[in-house]
Amino acid sequence: MKCIAIAKKDIIMYYMKGPVVIFGILLPLFLFLAFWIGRDIPENFLMTGLIAMTVFFSSTSVSPVIAPWEGQMRTLERLIACPVSTTTIVFGDVLASLSFGIAISSVPILLCLALGIKIWFLFLIPAIFLSAFCFSCLGLLFSAYPTNLPSTIMMISSMVRFPLIFISGIFIPLEDLPFWGRAISFLSPLTYFTDIVRFSLGLKPFLPIYLDFLILSLFSLIFLGLVIKLQERALLKRL
Amino acid sequence: MIVIEAEGLCKNFGEVRALDGVSFKVKKGKVFGFLGPNGAGKTTTVRILTGIIKPDSGYAWVNGYDVVREKLKVKNSIGVLPEISNAYPDLTAWQNLMLISSLYGIKRREAEKRANELLKEFGIIERKDSKVRGFSKGMKQRLMLCMALISDPKIVFLDEPTSGLDVKSARMIREKILEMEREGKTVFLTSHNMDEVNMLCDEIAIINKGKIVVVDTPERIKQRVGGSVAVEVSFNKKVELDAKRFGDKYIIYTTDPYETICEIVEFARKNGLKIVSINTRTPTLEDAFLKLLEMEEVE
Repeated sequence: MKCIAIAKKDIIMYYMKGPVVIFGILLPLFLFLAFWIGRDIPENFLMTGLIAMTVFFSSTSVSPVIAPWEGQMRTLERLIACPVSTTTIVFGDVLASLSFGIAISSVPILLCLALGIKIWFLFLIPAIFLSAFCFSCLGLLFSAYPTNLPSTIMMISSMVRFPLIFISGIFIPLEDLPFWGRAISFLSPLTYFTDIVRFSLGLKPFLPIYLDFLILSLFSLIFLGLVIKLQERALLKRL
Repeated sequence: MIVIEAEGLCKNFGEVRALDGVSFKVKKGKVFGFLGPNGAGKTTTVRILTGIIKPDSGYAWVNGYDVVREKLKVKNSIGVLPEISNAYPDLTAWQNLMLISSLYGIKRREAEKRANELLKEFGIIERKDSKVRGFSKGMKQRLMLCMALISDPKIVFLDEPTSGLDVKSARMIREKILEMEREGKTVFLTSHNMDEVNMLCDEIAIINKGKIVVVDTPERIKQRVGGSVAVEVSFNKKVELDAKRFGDKYIIYTTDPYETICEIVEFARKNGLKIVSINTRTPTLEDAFLKLLEMEEVE
């Protein structure tokens, strides 16, 4: 219940803002258009990229800056003076972030349906939930650096997020990458989500789907553990 | 019955020693004042007692709970108005109160009843559905106090609750503190306002450079000042005098007011000065506070 209250607060305070919602949709859309225009690429490969980027960008867009904003607005001390643990605060922030990621992902999914692309929802829906959770934790990891300047956190976040887009099989399929490129791509959780989306949209996945789910779950657990540990220290340094 | 106890609290921030063996006890149902100059360690002490930060060494108990090992129990049993804090500006007053009540695990119906009572009491019920962003400083602070009291705590920590407020809001908060005392609640109050502390507190601790200088009642603290009488004098011109100057007045602490007044008159005669006003009074809490800090500096 306590983490739901924190998530509700986050959604009203940080997510339900026109620019945040529009940016959540526009950024992946522009990247998608830049990749698509002037090329002859199958629709389901394109939509795989759009869904993967939308979930990734929307789940990691706001979560990194919640803590610095709270430090800057001086609401953080009020929050941590309440009987809530750091774990509850982290879960609340993750819940808000993944809800936003899931909600925004409905836009490319509806676009797929409009284009007549068949979707295997049985795999896609759990994959979106799991990856939105994983990416939200990753987003919160960016805010482990204890500064109250959102711009610093955004810089760190962009330095990690944009390279991940290019190594995760969104623009170049994994099978077309050289060995070293593939080795790097396996370090990105986005790779495994993209692989599941490809499968859900009728393309051949690079890895067995169960392995994608398993590795994505592992990444989620590692990120969650790290976030709780690091935020414990970072929150106090923000006071 | 002791409800707040600190024993040898120490806290360092890098090279800076913020608290150096702070110890005191607060009895149930009392208003306890915590005074000190800026950077003396007041907020650090409050943060430790409210479970926000951990001490490097020493112990503290609030409501019988250890502030380090049982910090969630401590937080659940107290209300806090932190010094450097704000309500969420893009939430309404009502949403802020409901958020805090959810974090305290208060049932919705009970929270709504309590929130309505508090908002009425603090004169912001008409603005309950307005975003806090548009509130004045006084209204924000009254809302923050509502948030601190939503769980109806037995112990309330108020860190500079009236600092920078308009007269109406400050008076409202002071009256609430007295009401809480009548209800048997314990109030831990930090303030810079000596009149406020003198008026509200049963007992006071003065802290300087992370060390407790004195813990006593306001009246007994006043008596501790070396001279029992303060002579306040004002001349028609600015002069060099070995005394504390406040505006156009000089204050001299003395045990022999007759002799001091004679010396002042003699001084005025010799220097061709006119005495505009002269009076004696017992030292205020502010006098005692400054004197004690001065003595501490000398030691």
